Formats: sequence, C-alpha cells, structure tokens
Amino acid sequence: MAPFKIVQASDTAVPVKCWSCAVAQNESTLFCSTCSKVQPPLRMDYFQVFQLPRILRLDVDVLEKEFYRLSRKLHPDRYARATESEREWSLADTALVNDAYRTLQDPIRRTEYLLKLEGESIGEEHSGKVSNSRASRVPSDLLEEVFELNMQLDELREGDASLRSDVEAAGQKFEAMLDELDSKLEAEWARWDEGDATARSTAQKQMVALLDRRRYLDNLLRDVKKVLGA
Amino acid sequence: MSEGRVVGIDLGTTNSLVAYMQGDTPVVIPGVDGSNLVPSVVALDPVPADGSRPTVTVGNTARKSLIQHPERAIYSVKRLMGRGVSEVQAELKFFPFRLADDVDATNLNEVPRIQLGEMRFTPPEISAYILRQLKRNAERFFGAPVTQAVITVPAYFNDAQRQATKDAGRMAGLEVLRLVNEPTAAALAYGLDRKKEGVIAVYDLGGGTFDISILKLKDGIFEVLSTNGDTHLGGDDIDNLLVAIALDEIRTEHNVDLRSHADAVQALRKSAIDAKITLSSKDAASFDMELPNGERYQREIPRAVYEQLIAPVLERTAGPCKQAMADANLEPADISEVVLVGGSTRIPAVQRLVDQLFNLTARGKKPHTELNPDEVVALGAAVQADILAGSAKATEDLLLLDVTPLSLGIEALGGVVAKIIPRNSTIPASATEHFTTGVEGQTNVAIHVLQGEREMAKDCRSLARFDLKGIPPMSAGLPRIEVKFLIDADGILRVTAREQRSGQESQIEVKPTYGLTDEQVESMILDSFDHAEEDFAKRLLIEARLEAETILAAVEKAPKHPAWQLLTDDERLTIDALKSVVQILLAGEDVNALRAGTVSLDQATRRFAELMMEDAVSSAIRGKTMDAAGDELGKEINAPHPMAAAEFK
Ligand SMILES: [Zn+2]
Repeated sequence: MAPFKIVQASDTAVPVKCWSCAVAQNESTLFCSTCSKVQPPLRMDYFQVFQLPRILRLDVDVLEKEFYRLSRKLHPDRYARATESEREWSLADTALVNDAYRTLQDPIRRTEYLLKLEGESIGEEHSGKVSNSRASRVPSDLLEEVFELNMQLDELREGDASLRSDVEAAGQKFEAMLDELDSKLEAEWARWDEGDATARSTAQKQMVALLDRRRYLDNLLRDVKKVLGA
Repeated sequence: MSEGRVVGIDLGTTNSLVAYMQGDTPVVIPGVDGSNLVPSVVALDPVPADGSRPTVTVGNTARKSLIQHPERAIYSVKRLMGRGVSEVQAELKFFPFRLADDVDATNLNEVPRIQLGEMRFTPPEISAYILRQLKRNAERFFGAPVTQAVITVPAYFNDAQRQATKDAGRMAGLEVLRLVNEPTAAALAYGLDRKKEGVIAVYDLGGGTFDISILKLKDGIFEVLSTNGDTHLGGDDIDNLLVAIALDEIRTEHNVDLRSHADAVQALRKSAIDAKITLSSKDAASFDMELPNGERYQREIPRAVYEQLIAPVLERTAGPCKQAMADANLEPADISEVVLVGGSTRIPAVQRLVDQLFNLTARGKKPHTELNPDEVVALGAAVQADILAGSAKATEDLLLLDVTPLSLGIEALGGVVAKIIPRNSTIPASATEHFTTGVEGQTNVAIHVLQGEREMAKDCRSLARFDLKGIPPMSAGLPRIEVKFLIDADGILRVTAREQRSGQESQIEVKPTYGLTDEQVESMILDSFDHAEEDFAKRLLIEARLEAETILAAVEKAPKHPAWQLLTDDERLTIDALKSVVQILLAGEDVNALRAGTVSLDQATRRFAELMMEDAVSSAIRGKTMDAAGDELGKEINAPHPMAAAEFK
C-alpha cells in the first residue's frame, strides 16, 4: 500500500481561470476548453461529470462515447511525464470519471445514485464502527413463500435432493417477480424524467420502495442459485 | 530526465525480458549473450578468497549455480512477492527456498527473507537484481542510461504483490512509470498493427501465474471488461507434479530417497522440464538417469498418460474463464478472438481446453499465437512505455483502460466485509465512505481494509489497518469522518481522510498488513554506480573491457577441458580467430566494436559451454558433491565463463 497523506480537498466551487493558459472557463470542467490541460478536481456529481441533467433513461452508447472522449483527455497515461500536480489532478479527475461511468452505465446503480442525490437513504449504511445493515426486511406479502423457500433451501443444503424441483420452481417464480418489478421501475423512470415536481416526488417514493424489494429478491435469488449450483 | 527512453519490462516467473519501441515496432533487447530471455534466476557466487562481498549473478550464469550450488540460488521468486512468512510455507514443499532462520514468530505477515549462502534477501531485492540486469542490458544496447520503465504484473496480483514489484523497481534504480497487467500488455502487442474492433479474450498461462482478461477494442481504446485468474497456477505446477511422481517412483522402485539431495532434485527438475517441452510436440518423452546407488531410473511417459496427469492443473483455469465471461456479461459466442500468452500455452492440451472454453473450432476460429508467447508481454510493455512517453506517432491514439481484479472492502460489524469498490471497476477508481463514533467522547476509529470476494473478513486478504486518530471528543455518532479510498492506475490503494464537522484533519496511522516500509525499501536500494551518469561512457568502456577479459580468460583455459576435444576443427578455429580480434580491440577505446567482438566470441563458445554444463549435470545426478565434480572437471566449471557480464559487484 502506498504511503498516504492527508489532503485538503477544495470545497470551493468553479475555478475562474485555467491554471495553465489563464483563459476563463465558463463552466466547471475537468480540463481546459482552450489548452486541454487537466484542471484541479472539483466537487461535482456524476451527472455533472457528463454534463447531463438528473435523468434516469440514458443512451449508454452516447455515454460510452463521452467516457472515451474524457478518458483520452484526462487519463494518467497522458500525464506520465507531467508535473506532480498535473499527475495528481489527472488521477483524481479520472477516478471521478470512472466512478461516474461505472455508476451511470448500470440502470440500477444509476437509480440508486440519483435517489441518494435527492436525499433518500438507500442500501448500505455505515454508522458507528461501520455497520452493514443490508435491507433484510421481508416484504410482508412474501413472508409465507420466503419462509417455505428458506426451509427447502436448508434441506437441500443438507442433501435432500428431492426438493430440487420445488426450489427451481420457486426460483423461476421469484425471477418472474423481478422482471415484473423491473418494468414497474422503468415506468417510474419515465415518470421521473418527464413529470412535473409532484410526479417526480411520487416517482421518487415509488422507486425507493421498488429498489428495497428488488434488493431483497436479488439476495434471495443469489442464495437459490448458489444452492442449486453446488 | 524526461528525455530518456522508457523501456517495457516483463518480470516473469521463469524468464524476464526488456523491450522498447523501435520506430513503430516493439522489439526485445537481447542480453550481452545474444539471448532475448533472461532466466529469472539469481545466485550468489562463493565468497572470494579475500573475504569480500560475494558477487550476485543473474540469468544463465545463475542457472548454472542452481545445479552446482542449489543452496546459493533461487528461481521463481515471483511466487513470493508481496506475501507474508506464513503464506510462503506452502511453497517450501515444492521449491528449495530456504527462509532465514531468525523469523519473528509474533509477526507471521512479515516479509520473508531468503537465505542464499551466507546472505539474506527479501523477494523484492531478488527481483531488483533481475531488473537491474535488464536495465543494464538496455543501457548497453542504447549506450545511454535508462531510468524509467513500465513493468508488467499478473492481472490478478493484489495490492501487496503490486507494491512489492514497484519496490523492486525502485531498488534497481528504476522509476516505475506504470505497472501494466500482463494480459492487457499482450492485447496491446497484438492490437497495435491491425486496428481491430471487437471483444477479445487473453488467456495467459505462464510459469507461475494464470490470468484471463476480456477486452473491448474500439477506436484505439483497449477497455478491459473483466479479469480473473490465479496467482499460483502455472507451468511450475506441472514441473512439480512430474518431479513428485519421479521422486516417488525412485523411492519405491529403487529404494533411494533423492529428496535430501538438493542438487539431484534440481537435475530431476531440469529433466522434468525437458520432458514437458518434448511432450508438446512428441507422443512420448523419457526420463533416463543414473541414481547414486548405480541403478538407472528409466521411465517413458506417453502423451496420453501425461495429459491425464496434468488435466486437474489445466482444469483450474476453466473456472476463472467462465467467471470472467459472466462478469463481462458475455457468452463464448460474443468473444471474437482469443489470444494465447505464456510458455505453457504451447501445451496441446491447453490449446484444446481453450478451444472448448471459447467454442472456437465450432465457430471456425483459431486462437492467436502469431507472436512468440514468451515475448508478447514484453512487447506490449514496450508499447505502453511508448504511450506513456507521449511523443510517438505510432501510439498516440492508443489508450488502455484497465480494471482492478479484486473487490476492495472494509470490515463491518460481525466480521462481514462491506464492499466499497467492486472487482472489474475501471482504474483509477475511488470510493468515499463516512465514519463516525459509537461511544461518547471516542477519539479513535479503527478501519480494516480488505481485498477479495468472500463475505467474511477472515476469508479475504487483509490489506491494511488504519487508525483514525485525534477525533475531537463529541457525542457518539456526531463526528463525521470522510475517508477516501482511491485505487490508482497501477492498481495500488491510497487513502486520505478528514473530519468534516470540526474541520479538523484526522490523523491516520496506516499499518500495511504485508510489505516493506518506505525506510526499508530505501535501505535496500542496490549499491550502484548507476547514479554517476556523467561517467557513463567511461563506465561502459570499463564494463566492456571486464567482459572481454573475463571471456578471454575462460577461452584461454578452454583447451585444457575435455569438452574442447568434442568441438569440430572449424569451431576451434573460429574461436581462436575471434580471440585474437578481441585481444586487439581490448587495447583500443572503441566500446561498440569491443562489445560486438565479445558477443561474437561468446556465441562461438556457446556450444563449448553447453558441453561443459552437460558434463556437470550428469555428475550431479550420479550423486557426486559439486566440489568433487569440480575437481574432476578442472577449475573451469566454477569460472564465470561466457555470461560473466551478468554479474554485479
Ligand atoms: Zn488552458
């Protein structure tokens, strides 16, 4: 592990001028629009990195093109022999671009991220000595089926192969639920992207609930696959 | 400084190479002996009569010591890089590594030290000797100093293994501009001359490591989609298997336990490697050697038996391939090309397995093997070096986007791992986490960082422990400490932290779980006159003269050795003629001519050196001690004959 140091990250917004060519920058960008040089990192969210509004339906091919364009400008490989500050900025800026691309490229991660930006608490939370509170509440309408599936999974783990087809059937059923849930989620994306403030607020609450349920189903299916695969 | 050349180095388990871009083509730089491969073997010569520090040799010279003085030589040190004392115990069963005996029993994560003769070296130091040999080969070749390099590492190397490799570079006097993953480097070498688009898989089975990487090529961007592998799987495992079987058979059939004869085991290992190579092209290979009790161990291994034997080893590469495809969300049908890298991919059974895993024949495809599988990684490293140097036309549109092979996590309550950067994230990658206190007035928070895919911290590899200190005393849960984890372009973690509510910076104490401290690395920088760059020309001449004198001394004694008689008249005449040329050049000042003469003389005596070696090997197998063998063969056997250039003082 590299020796590390404490940095003073700059919270202050928008630099006015390029550090290198001193041309004024009209927008907060990662590199200078005039001389192309990498600029010190800024606090910007992932949508801002790609100069996008906070929308949920994105064209991933366009996103990829933009990701490649930014990478060509900012990647540490382009600054291997530059000054130390340029190398540090290139590293920080590229990490931001990569994190943003990784998150926005995947529709579920994208939705979770947007909801967090909007102030929702989603998924894992750290508190105290880092606790990992996975959403483990069983959705009330699934209580009975989940209880039965877990019993079958236990018995299957202990070697009772006769239950295999039951578990497979349950797996397929939950898979179908997941598909249904995903189409509901897509409808909410559209509502968010196109609706007014009221519609957005409703969509936001809906998506939080859908993602909670989705995370639960996902974990359940992972267990099923693990047991069936073994 | 920034004007100098950047070279690409493949620091391999079995062989190492250095390459550079000649115009728009990557080429391997040969050593003074004309060979492209420098065996990754390091040996310590016997202590000189005056009691001064013994010489460390690298490459072919050291490989001779491996059989003559196995306790003074080491190979496959890459297996030990970045690992703790407790982790290397398993290796000791198969490799003749001897750990220093003063291990601190309270710290089993300590960096192991290898005993070579009367001295001790850490794995990065041993790698540094190999790197310095490559650096010198490049400097001889260019006639100018080389101080910057790109070094390749297995894609599946973890943080500690990467850091250890970087440390080795620093010890060798090289600024490591980038660590590049081996399969990615291979893809660069293949993708350079033809502007390909599509998805390719690189299957890299080397001496000691296995990697699979899946890349998307588009507009000159090489984007790694996923990678997987095993840092302890390779050709070595096949050798060990063959040796183990031979040792067992020799014990049961001939009642001889060779295990206690390190030199005989090494000779057996050499036969096993030969058999393995033979079996890649022939239907059978045979062992035939004389045992210490005078009996012969004779054994024929038909290809079918061999393939059955190694099937479990090869099968271990299938899981990572399937996982890499699943992680990239791809089916075999989506992979447009497969590239084979690493010497072990010459094995026909490996090629069949790859064919089957990626469904190649059925799709009318063949894996790519056009570039020499031993050299392709070094060639790719040279391409990446050119990209980093940033001045060349050939590579200006190329960009490599690599990924981290292992998930990064922190230990949460109950010993569970909370993943913060998933595997296969494009690097550099970062994650920001917020921590707080659980108890009133708490001023410290401990964080345990891990690498790996398992759910429990105890099953992942510990990377480091941090202590956030000096948190202002507040009510529980009130402090808000922001910790930023950043994996840089080399795949190495950096951490920064600050307390947000009080505006105070928190202090962090980092204890990397494995590895050397900065001070330790500093103290291990190889003594070198490399720094005196102004004296470079002078140094080159001195070195060239030393090389010439060494080889002349050896050639002078050659006629006394029985192997001399085995040469043809022509061979003897050529050697004599070249000898006179080198003697004349030695009196002059022309470094390049002198070096060229020395290389020619060395090449002319290559067969003689081999004949001498064979003699030494067969003596070792007969169970004679090396000293006795040396007496019998005359002193020449210990003379640092042709590859004397590969020496350090
Ligand atoms: Zn500018």
